[in-house]
Amino acid sequence: MSRLIIASIGPASSVQDGGRPGSQRYGLTPSGAVDRLALAAANTLVGNALFAAGIEIGPFGAAFTARGGAVRIALAGALRNTDIGGRKVAFDTSATLADGETLTLGFARGGSFSYLAIEGGFEGEPMFGSFAVNARAGLGSPYPRPLQAGDELHTAPASGAAEQRIELPAADKGPIRVVLGPQDDEFSDDAKKLFLEAKWKISPTSDRMGYRLEGPVIKHLHGHNIVSDGMVNGSIQVPGNGAPIVLMPDRPTTGGYPKIATVISADFGRFAQIPAGTGFRFKAVGMAEAQEEARKFAKLLHTLPDRLRTIEHFDLNIEALQDANVAGSAVNAVDTGTWQ
Amino acid sequence: MAVTLSPPRLLPSGDAAITVEFSRNIDDAANQRVLALDRALTEAPVSGVTETVPTYRSLLVHYDPTEIGFDALGEKMISLAQHPLPPTKKSRRWRIPVAYGGEHGIDLEDFAKRLNTTPDEVVARHVAGDYRVAMIGFTPGWSYLSGLEKFLHMPRRQNPRLSTPAGTISIGGVQTGIQCLAGPSGWHLLGRTPVRTYQLHRDPIFLLEPGDRVTFAAVDTETFADQDRAAEAGEIVAELIAA
Repeated sequence: MSRLIIASIGPASSVQDGGRPGSQRYGLTPSGAVDRLALAAANTLVGNALFAAGIEIGPFGAAFTARGGAVRIALAGALRNTDIGGRKVAFDTSATLADGETLTLGFARGGSFSYLAIEGGFEGEPMFGSFAVNARAGLGSPYPRPLQAGDELHTAPASGAAEQRIELPAADKGPIRVVLGPQDDEFSDDAKKLFLEAKWKISPTSDRMGYRLEGPVIKHLHGHNIVSDGMVNGSIQVPGNGAPIVLMPDRPTTGGYPKIATVISADFGRFAQIPAGTGFRFKAVGMAEAQEEARKFAKLLHTLPDRLRTIEHFDLNIEALQDANVAGSAVNAVDTGTWQ
Repeated sequence: MAVTLSPPRLLPSGDAAITVEFSRNIDDAANQRVLALDRALTEAPVSGVTETVPTYRSLLVHYDPTEIGFDALGEKMISLAQHPLPPTKKSRRWRIPVAYGGEHGIDLEDFAKRLNTTPDEVVARHVAGDYRVAMIGFTPGWSYLSGLEKFLHMPRRQNPRLSTPAGTISIGGVQTGIQCLAGPSGWHLLGRTPVRTYQLHRDPIFLLEPGDRVTFAAVDTETFADQDRAAEAGEIVAELIAA
């Protein structure tokens, strides 16, 4: 049995998978990876199921050490300077840590979350069919809390399979698309226009429950209390202070503030990756376009295995890969230059 | 007798959920229609619907847009909502023990004073109520009950508390509720129940269903302590008085 030891890790880092939808009627939030495409890409690289449990790594650095045997891993999501014992490792590729070797990750660049998948997954007890950490409800496995230094994940020894890279489509750098509603009629046309035309920033006080937005005050027509109704990932609620909050996977299941719009599901991961302080805009789209994008996104997820390429030793030029923006193309959620 | 019911409003909640809204207010008739639609979707599942979340006034229907589109699903919701199933399933009825006042219900005395009455009168009226689980939401097991008599209505606190105990029984506005986990609340804390509406490693993990009937029974602090230990060990301690 191999082990992956968490040698160091920052806050906002936890085990996540596809989450545990199905019990929202009992108040249980779904949790799960904020960037599902990045998790799925990392899992695909090591032959795991798309939404097998992996490590969602927050913006700060981290280090992992293999013990008791080799461990095969893959990285996707927000780019970082990464090496294994001094050997550079590219994002969107798999790599193997020999027994005793340490994988070191720097700060996230151009995104917030990176995903580390482990070949064959790791041991744990699923709760409602999921390993995803939801600390408030005492859920998550093998630890029902964010990861911390000293934690260990028990896994199968590395298979020795040829290392892979995955070719992801070029990053979409356009505005984050939303469908208006369900309570857009609680806002004046001017307030909706302001919401759609403003330049927004993610507040540093954001977390996996909700991203707070910094920008203009969005005023309500009839006050900020509505009778509670259900919420989804990407619901944009506007509380009394007029500062919108985008609900994330650890959100409450219901809420009593008017929701002006909802981030489309195909753009949710891209939105979740926007670093605190980076400017971005929203754009309203119709239901037909939103659902067409959802179908395209589902197709992309299910054709990820077709995008794998075996790494030949002579073509592993990390810098060239990164310069070509092949690596990490799932992130770079917005073109920061455009908005500055 | 044919009854024509008004159609609900279909509100998009992104591209993978529809809010089927029957009312904008806390409205018992609307909640009955929410629960009826929820039951219809349980008894005859619609392909592509992944889960539903009943609330006082609306049913949030999560769906997979690769299986069914907004328009097709919306039409089905309108049709099901306008031709509700006859009520076949009798709702379950629970009796939930509560230790009122003192350390378990720190707002009871103040609550009674604001109503110009005594804590005993508040407790007597609260246990006399026949409540229905209108919705479960916010955090796991937080059960919002409808059926609170007007005399006990009380606006929420000006300053919500950041932490209130697990098992709190409280009143906020026109509602009373059972809070399972410790957490923030702006409601008035009348007492605590040893019953866990959500408990991992117990069968069932979630005790109450939307639509269940609930009455309360006052217990003393010793009984509360005994039942709390039993509940911690996995006993249900709520009494199922009709199934």
